[in-house]
This record gives sequence, C-alpha cells and structure tokens, in this order.
Amino acid sequence: MSTRLQTGGRLIDRNQRLSFTFNGTPMTGFAGDTLAAALLGNDQMLMGRSFKYHRPRGVVAAGPEEPNALVGLGQGPRFEPNQRATTTELFDGLSAISQNHWPSLNFDIGAVNNHLSKFFPAGFYYKTFMYPRAAWKHLFEPIVRHSAGLGKVTQPGDPDRYEHFYAFYDVVVIGGGVAGLQAALAAGHAGAKVLVMEQSAHWGGRAPVDGVEIDGKPAEDWVSATLQALEDMENVTLRSRLMGAGVYDHGYLLAYERVSDHRPGTAGPRHRLWRIRAGRIITATGAIERPLSFAGNDLPGVMLASAVRDYVVNWAISPGDRTVIVTNNDDAYRTALALQMAGLIVAAVIDARPTATGALPQAVRDAGIRVETGRGIAKVKGRARVEGVALCAQAGEGAVLEEIPCDVVAMSGGWSPVVHLWSHCGGKLTWDAAQAHFRPDPDRAPADQDGAPFVIAAGAANGHLQAADTLRDAAAAGQNAAVALGRDPADGTAARANAVAEEPLLPVWIMPQGAGPDLRSKMWLDYQNDVKVSDVQLAAREGYESVEHTKRYTTLGMATDQGKLSNINGLAVLSDALGSDIPQVGTTTFRPPYTPISMAAIAGEARGDTFLPLRRTPMQDWHDANGADFEPVGHWQRPYTFRRGGEDRAAAVKREITNTRTNVGLLDASTLGKLVVKGPDAGKFLDMMYTNMMSTLKPGRCRYGLMCDENGFLIDDGVVARLDDDTFLCHTTTGGADRIHAHMEDWLQCEWWDWQVYVANLTEQYAQIAVVGPKARALLENLGGMDVSAEALPFMGWADGTLAGHPVRIYRISFSGELSYEIAVPAGQGRALWDTLLAVGTQFGIMPYGTEALHVMRAEKGFIMIGDETDGTIIPQDLGLDWAISKKKDDYLGKRGQARSHMTDPDRWKLVGLETLDGGVLPDGAYAVAPGSNANGQRKTQGRVTSTYYSPTLGRGIAMGLVHKGPDRMGEELEFARTDGTMMRARIVDPVFYDKDGEKQNV
Amino acid sequence: MLILTCPYCGVSGEETEFHGGGEAHLKRFGPGASEADFESYLFHRENPKGVHFERWRHVNGCGKWFIAARDTATLQVFGTYPAQTTEPPQEIRDKITAARPGWRWRDFA
Ligand SMILES: [Zn+2]
Repeated sequence: MSTRLQTGGRLIDRNQRLSFTFNGTPMTGFAGDTLAAALLGNDQMLMGRSFKYHRPRGVVAAGPEEPNALVGLGQGPRFEPNQRATTTELFDGLSAISQNHWPSLNFDIGAVNNHLSKFFPAGFYYKTFMYPRAAWKHLFEPIVRHSAGLGKVTQPGDPDRYEHFYAFYDVVVIGGGVAGLQAALAAGHAGAKVLVMEQSAHWGGRAPVDGVEIDGKPAEDWVSATLQALEDMENVTLRSRLMGAGVYDHGYLLAYERVSDHRPGTAGPRHRLWRIRAGRIITATGAIERPLSFAGNDLPGVMLASAVRDYVVNWAISPGDRTVIVTNNDDAYRTALALQMAGLIVAAVIDARPTATGALPQAVRDAGIRVETGRGIAKVKGRARVEGVALCAQAGEGAVLEEIPCDVVAMSGGWSPVVHLWSHCGGKLTWDAAQAHFRPDPDRAPADQDGAPFVIAAGAANGHLQAADTLRDAAAAGQNAAVALGRDPADGTAARANAVAEEPLLPVWIMPQGAGPDLRSKMWLDYQNDVKVSDVQLAAREGYESVEHTKRYTTLGMATDQGKLSNINGLAVLSDALGSDIPQVGTTTFRPPYTPISMAAIAGEARGDTFLPLRRTPMQDWHDANGADFEPVGHWQRPYTFRRGGEDRAAAVKREITNTRTNVGLLDASTLGKLVVKGPDAGKFLDMMYTNMMSTLKPGRCRYGLMCDENGFLIDDGVVARLDDDTFLCHTTTGGADRIHAHMEDWLQCEWWDWQVYVANLTEQYAQIAVVGPKARALLENLGGMDVSAEALPFMGWADGTLAGHPVRIYRISFSGELSYEIAVPAGQGRALWDTLLAVGTQFGIMPYGTEALHVMRAEKGFIMIGDETDGTIIPQDLGLDWAISKKKDDYLGKRGQARSHMTDPDRWKLVGLETLDGGVLPDGAYAVAPGSNANGQRKTQGRVTSTYYSPTLGRGIAMGLVHKGPDRMGEELEFARTDGTMMRARIVDPVFYDKDGEKQNV
Repeated sequence: MLILTCPYCGVSGEETEFHGGGEAHLKRFGPGASEADFESYLFHRENPKGVHFERWRHVNGCGKWFIAARDTATLQVFGTYPAQTTEPPQEIRDKITAARPGWRWRDFA
C-alpha cells in the first residue's frame, strides 16, 4: 500500500493539514501536496480508468506528463474535467472525482471492453463504425457518446474571471529549474529585460531531488540564493505557476498562469493568458523520463523511476513497501538510493544492460541492494495492483527466470528533452543516438522577422542531462540571447555542479527484445488511449508507414497528454517494425499548447456583453424603452419590430406596414452607410465603382447605383447623391459601410493612386430618419423650416435646410414605394429630431416601424435586397437591373467579368415575382423542381425562392425568386418543394406587386 | 502572429492590426482583354514556398495599403513599401537577393 512517511518531504508543511474528498470519501493531506501525492498518502493508487478499455490506472508520473491520473475537479458551475492530479495543488475543501468509469471506479461495466480487447485492435473505429451506415446513428454513436468519459460542459456557465495580459521582454526563459535560473542570471547580468517562468509552484526543478551539488552547496541552497539574486535585479521578473504554452511567429509566446487554482474563491482572475512578445525565448524546459515497454506495464503501481523519487523526496510518500527498479541507464539508481534513505525496501534493480559498472550502480551495490544486469521484466504480476515481477533475459524471448514479489515497479527507459516549445514554430530536431533521444538542432532554430534564430534551447531541454553540462549550456544560452539583442556580454560564468558521472544507456524499446505476440499485446505505449506495442506493429503491417498516419490510425499520442510519455517509444516500435532508422521515421508534429489550457483563459474578458462590441444609433435608447424586438445586423442591433401590448411579432409587423401605407411611419435608418467621395476625379472614380454613370448626375439629384466586383457579381447597392461638382454622398447597405469604404480605398490606393479622390466614412456622424407614408409631407410641413413640396423637393432630389430648428439634409428617396423623406441630421441631434417627429406626428397617426416592415414593403415593390436576392454569384442582369448598367461607359468594375460566356448565357436563372396559388407563404430558399433527376439521382431544379413574406397590403403571400428563363415564362406555374416532401404551387408574375407605376412615391 | 512595419506611419504592429490582401503587383485586365489575360488576372496566383509579395492594409491604424516582401516558409520579412508601385523597389530586391541568392519571381530579380 502507499502511505505517508513519518519524516521528510521537502515541499510539504506538516503543520497545515488540509481536508479534501475523492469520489466523496473524506481524506486529508498537507499544504504543499499535489492531489496525486495526497491521494497516494491515503493509499489511493487507483486514480482513474483508461479511455478505451476502462483498465484500472494508477498514477505514473509526478508532473505534467501524467497520462492516467485525470480527475474531475470542483462542483456545480466550477466543475472541471480532465485535470491532472499531479499538477493540481491541494487546497482545503478540494473535491475530486475519477473519470471513465460507470457506475464506480472499483466496479466498472465498461471494463468489459478490456476482455474484448482483441476485438478492438488498432483502427477499430475506422473498421467497425463504417458499415452498415444506419448502425452509426442508432447503435455505435449512442454507445460511444455514453462511453466518452472525458468530461461535460458545466451549466449555466463559468462563474470565475479570466483575463489576457500583454507583455514585452528581451528574453523570456521558460522553465525555472537550475538551467532556467542560470540562463536568466546570465541574460540579466548582461542587462536584458528578462521574464523567467515556472509552470509549478516550486523553483529548482529536479536538481534538489536528484542530490546535485552546485558551487559546493546542495542544489536547494543554490536555487534559493539565485532566486534572491534574480529578485534583486530590476530587469528580471520571476513568475511561478506560469507555463509556456505555445511559441509562434516572430517571438510571439502564449503563457498560461494559474493565478488562483490553488486558492479558489479569492479575489482576482482564476487564469491569466499572457500574450508576450520576446526578442529571444530560452526553452529550459527540462526532460521527461520514458517508460519501458514490458508486459503489464500499465498495472497500478508501475511508475516512472523519477516519479517514485519525487514522491519520496518531495512529499514523503511511500508508493509501496517493496520496489523493483527496472532501467536501461544509471539515473534510475538514484531512485534506489532515495528509497533506501527513506527506509523503504528495494527488492532489486533490474538493468537491461549487460553490465552496470558506473558510480551510481556501485553505490547501490555498496548499499546492499541486489542488482541484476542483462535482465528484463517478462511480466508484471497482479490484477488491480502490482504484486510482483517475473524476470527474464533481456536478450531472450521472455522465459521466466525468477519471480520477485513487490508492490511498486519503478521504470526508466532514459530521458527525452522537452522539445515541444522549440518545435512549435518550426524548430527542427536531431537524433542523438548516444542518449537515444531527439534534441533541438541548433542549426535549424525557428527564425524571426530578420531571419535570426529566436528560440534557444538550454540545459536538459537541449540534451544536456548532466547537471554540470546543463549549467554551462544554460549560462551560454542566457548570454547569447542578450548579446544577440545588442547587450554587452557580462558575467557569463556558469555555476559549477558536481554530480556523479553516468555511464551510457542502452536503448531498450521493448522488453525482452524477443517478446512474442502474447507479451507485446500487453505492453502499453499510450496509457490514456490504450495503445499497445502490438497496435503499432499491426498498423505497420497494414501499410501505415508515416508516423503521422500511424498516430491517427492507432490514436497513439492523441489523448489529453498528447503522448508526452508514449511518442518516442511508439515511433521507435514503428521504425523497428518498418525496418527503418528512428530519425528517418521522425516525430509527429508538436503543436501548442504544451499542456491543455482552459477555454475560458483563451476567451479572457471576451464574454457576455464584451464578447462583441455593440454599435448603437443615436435613437437606441428610445428603441430599448419602447418595446423594440431587436435583430443583429452587422455589429448593430436594429429593431425588427416594435411590439405593442400583447402583440406577437407578425401582428406588430402587419400593423406597422398598414399604418405606414395609410398614415405615416418612422424608420431609424442611421445604420445605413454614408461615404463621402470628394475630389476633382470623384465622378470618374464613381463611374468605375458603379455600373451606372454617376459623373452625369446633377448636383441636387440622387441616383440608385449598383456595385460589382471584378467577377461582375453584385456586392452592394444604394442611392448616390451629388452634393456639388466634386462631391458625392454614397449610401451603402447597413452591413456594407466598412466593407465598401475599404473596397474604395483599395482601388484608390493600389490601382488609381494618381486620381485625386478622397473618401470619408461618415456613417456614424449622421443620424438618418426615414419619414414614410402618404402623410409624410404634411408632418414635415407641420415641423416647419423647409419647403418640402413636390416642386421644391421632387422625387430623387435632395435639399439642405432646417427642420424644427435642426440642420438637416433631406433626400426624397423611397425604399417602400410611399412618399418618403430620408432626413440626415448630425448624430448629436438625432434623438431630438426623432422625438419631435413622434410628438408632432401623433396627429397624423405616426408609428415607428422596424426592419421587417421595411423588408416586406420593399418586396411588395419588387426592390432587391443585397444578401437576399444576391449571394455572391448574382450579376445585375440576373435581377433585371440592366437599366442600371451604363452602356456608354468603356469600363467599370465587373464589366469584363459580365462579358464572359457563362454570364451572358440565356439559361441563367433570372428574377421574377412568385404568387402562391393558395395565397400561402413559400418557404424561404425553397427550390422549384423540374422533371427528371440529375447524375446524383436528385430531383432537377429550375429556380429558387430568394425573398418570401406575408404581405398585409395584398393579404397574401408574395415572393421573389430566380427562375430559369423566368421573365419569359410569365403566368407559368411552378412546384416548390417543402422540407417535408410536399409541394407548393406558385405562379410566375411581375416582381412589382404594389403600385407598379410608382405613382405613390412620386407625389 | 507576424510583426509588420507600416511604411506610411512607421508603426511596427501585430498581425491583428493589419489585414492581408493577397498577392501584390497584379496587372488589371478590363474590357477588351483576352479570356486568358482576364482569367490570369482574376484567378491565377503564385503560391511560393519562399519569397512572396503580399498586399497588407494597416486597417487598425493609418488605413494605408502597403506591400510586404517576405518568406512564406521562414517568415523572414525582407521589407515593406507603399502600394503605389507596379514593381518592388530596388532596395527591397537587393535585400532579398542578399538573403536568398538567385531567387526569382515573375520578372522581378
Ligand atoms: Zn500605418
């Protein structure tokens, strides 16, 4: 069993006892514990189950590489799944539950998968779930969804606060072990502005656990002294609980700070996402120990040798009473010494190497511990927990020589540098055969905007696993980073470490090397996703040669740990199966983040009201207070309709339309784009922008214009007013103002830069109010100040003047077919004019109307709407707008495009009106069917609905649509398919349903 | 996320300050152009692994369009210059040639 030792534990404070629960069971631990350490202290070795087979899983590691010990943390809206127990700091009141089991951790029905594992080989998702197709929906998906135990999203949402933080440094050092501190010291001495970050709560990394001495002192003392020295430097910032998450272009770095995970409920944000620009990034990210692949290596109680050492030294945890250590290198012997120092029994050290003559093996032998060389583990004995190991010859096929009882197996397959951050932005790796790992290739570092390398790996992360080399390498990295940024080289002397020299390791990818299929199918590579040596070998046999394909086929390294333990072992097995060298097979791509970061940290402050900025018109407060039912239009919220009393939306829209057509309506049209185009070449420029001739427009007059892109497709429309000889005011659609402004700037700056034209976007400088309806003139006359008669201000004219004391510009334009005045007024006076119009308009029966009434009224008049009748593939000719295309101009944007054969094809679908035979409303987007089927066996089509409404004016459904040769087929009946399979019949008619001669707007 | 320098206002900004506008130095073909020329103008684009000329607009800044010469693979930026030109200025070409001897793209060398 695992227990807490009576003494020791460099990170725990025995005076602070903390209470927590695991699956509802009350437990206690100490301040300074990780959750994993505290669980082990309570003999809770079983911490979860694997994803695919639901096999029992114990903790393997002591850091962020942990694949097994994933728990759900917190409760209610603060519940968070997939948290690693090894990186979760214990706090009082913590509540954790295990995952991937149902109904309980100890008894799990899903574990039946385990007994069926031979039916779940590599690629079984792809093989099994393909056929029959119906089985996916009704059988496989429901089971998979139920089994997917990787967490649920909390409702109603996250109550905590998260923030982004922007920072700029010369040098950022990622990793607060001795290498990171040494590198920071060198860069700091040279005068660089330095940030040093450490992902855990503790500085110093592994050195204090490994018994390293630096400058004649224990590593822990050197770490404290160096931290003090760094804190005393004004140009150096130290941050713990801050993890380098991702390295991106040009020195951009994302770092993830867990501000208050360890003290929930306190003030301030929970997580902080640092968005950093760094001149140079030093990755002092250390190394991760590799597991060994032997049969039964996933039983709870099999742990990394370094993790066993961490638990004993850092947290005074005995993972078990009797430990067998299995290794291919000298470093694991440190675990034997640490265990014995703590008074625990080391049953044997099993070393795969033929001999072990280094200083560490000798010290272990001197301590009276049994050392067996040339041996491996044939099999781990036990069911839910390690009970012993069977020894064999590493060179053989697994014949059992002896069984040794034990309850912990501490394994070490060597160390792999943490190269993730080096690799994120294109840093390349080189294979180090002597140490059997990939390390950064200094000649192929990620490059910045000047082509200079901006990531420097240091220490163990650079392949220097011995403490003395680590410090020398780190000091050089720190100094080189500062010098590259123009700082003077200062004191770059490295601290001197003395650690015991180590003998070379022996690469061991499976144990024993001649293991047969039975053993190989029990050797786990990826603990979380249940990928075994046999799965990778199967993938190779089935033709998966690329490591990227094998990864996806077997799911190796695709779990939340992203294969930190499994990748190198997996690709070594793959390269062996393919008969290739490891460097030829290569690694999979390392992608950010280094470990999962919270989605909320990525969102930061962008949630709720601050998710998207809201644009408000000067009348928005009135809309808010008067029952407006809003709809989003671009970044605006426009009133869809203003509901009164118990009205539903449809009734309100109907009332607004009827009132506008009989009395007078009021529309907030402020969101309409207003671009002033000015200069001696303004007319010439607009002749290029619009399909119409704008240069001939007379001052004082308005003209409706169409804009196309170079393909000839419609991109916007609106009314242009000529203000004077060299000034035009171009109205755009609400959503188009910024886009069309940018479009004009693009052509002016990049194509016709010698034309004298200036464009200004005045959209928000003016409020615009449409006064619409037969009584509109009477109302404005009542306001006084301007002659708005048909003679003084005719249809499609504009005039400046004063209305009820406000300076206004009135456009006689109509999008409804009624007598209509669009009044522009400085934005600051918009609300006042709106209020005056409403007050004075009462006697004329005035009512404001929203966007839906606007849309219905324009459809009744057969006016097109950009985005309804157009979809990016529609040319003006499709919409019967040939009258708005100048025949006299040599050129305009889209003219050449519209001349292409496909655009002039008489078979194009063209705009018509559609009148249902039963008076009902056609479904939006419905297709008109045609006889026969196409090559895919689908019903042929001959048209589609682009706009469809109930018209209160006509008392029936009306629609517009694009129909094959539509204008030539007036009076024909078409069948439109509803989604329920039934048909609706409609007749092709003129798209102008109301006031065909335009008499009402021109009075 | 790239860092680019706007040649108008001199600001070195994050990529989010700018808006990309695709390949630079395209020649416009309008009415009267052959089908081949018009097709090429509308649709044919370089996709080099290496030196490229791209249009960028300082959209959250001075609003000006400029051109960036950069390496699409290494992300090195050789320089930026105003868009009011049909060809890269000599100074930019010299910088590229110095960093990438022998490079060639269209007729610019
Ligand atoms: Zn600028």
